[in-house]
Amino acid sequence: MSALTFTLKTRPDQRVDMSPLVCHALEKLDPTEIAAIKLHCGKRKVRVDELFTISGFDSTHILIKNSFSKLDYIGKDLDGGIIHVEGDAGAYCGMGMKKGIINVLGNAGIYAGCEMKKGLLEISGNAGDFLGGALAGNKMGMKGGLILVKGNAGDRVGDHLRRGTILIEGGTGDYCGSRMIAGTIAVMGNTGKFLGHNMRRGTLLLWNMPKLSASFNDCGSHTLAFLPMLFDSFKELNSPFAESENAFNRVQRFAGDMAEIGRGEVLVKI
Amino acid sequence: MIINGVTIDATFAEAFPMKGTRAIITAQNEKWAMIAAQAMTGFATSVIACGCEAGIERVLTPDETPDGRPGVAIMIFAMGGKGLAKQLETRAGQCVLTSPTSALFAGIDGGIRIPLGKNLRYFGDGFQTSKVISGKRYWRIPVMDGEFLAEATTGQVDAIGGGNFLVLAQSQPQALAACEAAIEEMKKIPNVIMPFPGGVVRSGSKVGSKYKSLGASTNDAFCPTLKGSTKKTDLSPDIESVMEIVIDGLSKEDIDKAMRVGIQAVCDLGSENGIMRISAGNYGGKLGPFHFHLQEIMA
Repeated sequence: MSALTFTLKTRPDQRVDMSPLVCHALEKLDPTEIAAIKLHCGKRKVRVDELFTISGFDSTHILIKNSFSKLDYIGKDLDGGIIHVEGDAGAYCGMGMKKGIINVLGNAGIYAGCEMKKGLLEISGNAGDFLGGALAGNKMGMKGGLILVKGNAGDRVGDHLRRGTILIEGGTGDYCGSRMIAGTIAVMGNTGKFLGHNMRRGTLLLWNMPKLSASFNDCGSHTLAFLPMLFDSFKELNSPFAESENAFNRVQRFAGDMAEIGRGEVLVKI
Repeated sequence: MIINGVTIDATFAEAFPMKGTRAIITAQNEKWAMIAAQAMTGFATSVIACGCEAGIERVLTPDETPDGRPGVAIMIFAMGGKGLAKQLETRAGQCVLTSPTSALFAGIDGGIRIPLGKNLRYFGDGFQTSKVISGKRYWRIPVMDGEFLAEATTGQVDAIGGGNFLVLAQSQPQALAACEAAIEEMKKIPNVIMPFPGGVVRSGSKVGSKYKSLGASTNDAFCPTLKGSTKKTDLSPDIESVMEIVIDGLSKEDIDKAMRVGIQAVCDLGSENGIMRISAGNYGGKLGPFHFHLQEIMA
């Protein structure tokens, strides 16, 4: 069956809330019903067929063509199926997703994968701030699943991260892993200032030595048995994280943030 | 039925339901994985007094273990789920957690989940951390040689204990040689263990005793020195030694298979090596619902 495809006709000036266009919400709708769904676009509500040309009918596989950075909430609360985004995604892509796969070929805006619970969010370009984080005022970010960013990510990656894994092939901005409760963030590139600020538990796995705050204590170099298993779990990904030559089990371990309970760790490849 | 001069008695082994589990122990090398496995499965020959029956199932190559290191699969069987969980946890805590470079993983993915490292984590005194990898939770417990990695739970499944057969020979060395040959072959069968020392038991028991405090006592019908003393001897004058192999397994089919290869290995030695009969321990069908008929198995 051909993927249910939404091809953007023209780029609207206002931001669009794409949250109604998720696989599980469309599975029982016929094409005319899908076309009649109203999307918030700025202060207006517009029909889907006003913004998109619709083709295909397999709602378990949604394709968004000509996507750009103002299409927000793509795959919000996704509960199974695949969403393929050709172009950029706006803010809140994959927010709260429960199951399934979102694949963004371009960049993703702020709060991508925020508070997601399960599934896979793959971003081929860069990701904005608060990747996998918690919404403002909330105390718990991503609770499960995996986010893979092939480019760079902004500030506050994994803010309040509770569980799950964030993999970044490039670098990150400041405050990466801030206020982490648990989970894993792995960064192949460089990280910014205030890494792991106020993190409680969890693991920041780095390929390059970061500039650490004084509230992280050096625990020495170690061979850790869980690391090969962690890398092994990435082997199905289309990423350098899956390549055995990038795996390692020898690390310098820093414990922190001692300004918090200090049960977190920064592991740096040696 | 006679195979290579060895008589296969028209009798059956009587087995009973148990709960079983498997754990995988890995270490820096096979030597230390085996040391931990031997410690964990020590003093676990019979539920009569050990609380469980345990044994080494087989050695695992690095590509068969979760952490890519050499490993050993061990199995533990007990009469109930609670007892099994207690034995598993105690043994893991005292024998694997303490063993240098070791790590401990679940050997059964399905079944009822019982704690493996879930409670051992408290040894970490608050410094323990967990990692969920591919949907499974692992505990990293800081210890003096680095970190002890243990999967949180393993699977408990229904199992069968007490499959057995007796080797009746003209002499003690011949009985032992035959049992050694049988164990060698039976070790190749998955999902079974032979929990007695070296897989062989020389003190097979019967249910009950003249002493009220004992639930089991020597199987006098198969004791060669009692041929003239006990009325119920099952031994002919030419039999001087009897040894038993007990098998616990995850299913009837697994035990069937293990008994078949074991008995066949004994029969391959044949009467020319002093092996006279193969028999089995049963209690008239009153003890356990699983009956392993020797002649059916060897048919």
